[in-house]
Amino acid sequence: MAQVLPGEHELRRVIDEDREVEGLGEADLLELYRSLILLRTYDERSLVYHRQGRIGTYAIFWNHEAAQVGSAHALEDDDWIFPSYRESAIGLLRGLPPATVLSWWRGHPAGWWNPADYNVASICVPIATHVPHAAGLAWGKKLKGDGAVAIAYFGDGATSEGAFHEGANFAAVMGAPLVLFCTNNQWAISTPLEAQTKAEALVDKAAGYGMPGIRVDGGDVLAVYEATREAVARARDGEGPTFIEAVTYRVAPHATADDPRAYIDLARVEEEKQRECVGRYDAYLRRLGVLTDELAHEFKEDALATMRAAIAAAEAEPPAGPEELFEHVYVDPPTSFGSDLAELRRILDA
Amino acid sequence: MPELYLVEAVNDALHCELARDESVMVMGEDVGRAGGVFRATAGLRERFGADRCVDTPLAEAGILGTAVGLCMAGWRPVCEMQYDAFSYPCLDQLINHVGRYRWRTRGGMEFPLVVRMPYGGGVRAPELHDDSPETFYVHVPGVKVAVPSTPADAKGLLAAAIRDPDPVVVLEPKLIYRTERGEVPEGEHVVPLGRARVVREGDDLTIVAYGAMVPVAERAADAIDASVEVLDLRTLKPLDEEALLASAAKTGRVVLVQEAPRTVGYAAELAAILAEKAILDLRGPVLRVTGYDVPYPYWQIEDAYMPSVERVVDAARRLLAF
Ligand SMILES: Cc1ncc(C[n+]2csc(CCOP(=O)(O)OP(=O)(O)O)c2C)c(N)n1
Ligand SMILES: [Mg+2]
Repeated sequence: MAQVLPGEHELRRVIDEDREVEGLGEADLLELYRSLILLRTYDERSLVYHRQGRIGTYAIFWNHEAAQVGSAHALEDDDWIFPSYRESAIGLLRGLPPATVLSWWRGHPAGWWNPADYNVASICVPIATHVPHAAGLAWGKKLKGDGAVAIAYFGDGATSEGAFHEGANFAAVMGAPLVLFCTNNQWAISTPLEAQTKAEALVDKAAGYGMPGIRVDGGDVLAVYEATREAVARARDGEGPTFIEAVTYRVAPHATADDPRAYIDLARVEEEKQRECVGRYDAYLRRLGVLTDELAHEFKEDALATMRAAIAAAEAEPPAGPEELFEHVYVDPPTSFGSDLAELRRILDA
Repeated sequence: MPELYLVEAVNDALHCELARDESVMVMGEDVGRAGGVFRATAGLRERFGADRCVDTPLAEAGILGTAVGLCMAGWRPVCEMQYDAFSYPCLDQLINHVGRYRWRTRGGMEFPLVVRMPYGGGVRAPELHDDSPETFYVHVPGVKVAVPSTPADAKGLLAAAIRDPDPVVVLEPKLIYRTERGEVPEGEHVVPLGRARVVREGDDLTIVAYGAMVPVAERAADAIDASVEVLDLRTLKPLDEEALLASAAKTGRVVLVQEAPRTVGYAAELAAILAEKAILDLRGPVLRVTGYDVPYPYWQIEDAYMPSVERVVDAARRLLAF
């Protein structure tokens, strides 16, 4: 396996070079495509559901699908995923029902899953705070001689946080089998990358932790897959963590509550949209003769049907009652919870 | 006088204070180019330049830590924490340095910095956009804490905080950022720290509240068939103890409202003061209406968590029976 030297700024690419990834057959290529379509459809439908008032504030991940799908496909099911809000639907690639994730954005308790069921940790909202969790899980798996690795997803902005630094350093020092997956979409809400760091590239951070870094075209699902596969193999071989910088561009608002027109260059956004990641892979597969109109149509229809069923299931969840407030906080709850609930019910029922 | 929303009054205060004092600067995540995710800092970067309204890296401990150093260099930084729960990384700096540095220099140096943040629930947001963290801040020696509930106070208290020679945390109730609208004095306007506001006078019972709970207290007062006094504390530290004790002496019945979890919340401090200094004036127990001792919930059930008008009325009726 090629040793990756820190400071390699050239983006690794597969699609633009019309290369093929060793070991990926036609079925694998189509599986990646199916996943891309699933996440793309999830995202586009979620935005519609938001506008219809069926889900709340939502963090759009349009044009981040290749980074998410490519990396997640390089993992085994025993490997752990630590998502941020930007990867809210990444669990779908592990069989997490889309209705569950929709429920999360609906502010309903049905949206909160047990990570151990899917090896997908809870959606992390406070920036970078899950990086140490992922380092700890990976370290713990190593101590137990379990072959599993972990991947932590975070953004370019997250690399400014203390928690990122501490987590990365821990992972390196403990030799934790961890992939630090940084989705550099070049924005942290309204803060551009150049206001976030003076590093020429985020991948340069890896050197400071004594770990290899890989810089990859985040809009290229195959390049991301290949890079993550390499990092995962290193981790599994006991060689410790790897930092991956997947470079993409946030063409959508930060979230549904954001209006980027005040700070973003709309011409650049349009340019990036022309290169969006699903279309690039679609064209590549067609060049290879792997993807046909029929298949593409079938995948899209499947994904749409999945989403229709998912939103119906999420909306069919019975409303949560006030007792939910007090559930699952402690194994052994204090007696005050009982009296608080009784009083609350008395007032609500009055 | 112009009518402004509460968040517009915050913006007005920042414009006035940056214009008045060249050493005042604003810093935080997304405060510059975007003018803040709630638009509280809108127009500052354009008017005062990127050095006095600074988009910082995404790092709350770094924001407050560098603010300490900026104070040492003669600046008066006004730091924005983007949301309540995202302020927690700054607690290390706040507790270990911001609250102690003047003391450590035996009064030799001043740390006239401000930390301001939107706080509180009820806004149908994803996890961790809803906390009421005042207890953490009030508990830190050397730090003052203000919580406005009206547009005029949002402007005046922030101006006072910026002018104060000591560190002040200002918690802005985001639930009423764009619902509370009212007259705000133009130009310089200062509401001194440490003075409560009698929202309405009454004789039978006092409801004490602050921030987003003040409108709840007022609606509860409307719904109670008694003469109810509503006291808006405005500043949690220093507390206007005199106003609290005067109202307790007048009505003899006190209901305390707080959105934060109950245990060791700010209302517990108020109750202790009443027990120490007003026990003989009281006709019944001091009652608290608070959030519960649980993580702030998913938003579909957040209304059950938040102190409601009904819960305040219920407490008031129980107390009026004494
Ligand atoms: C500790 C913390 N501070 C601030 C925020 C508010 N916030 C939410 S997303 C965001 C920007 C994150 O940017 P980046 O890490 O690049 O991830 P992206 O949103 O681009 O995926 C900020 C500042 C937060 N969630 N957590
Ligand atoms: Mg980003």
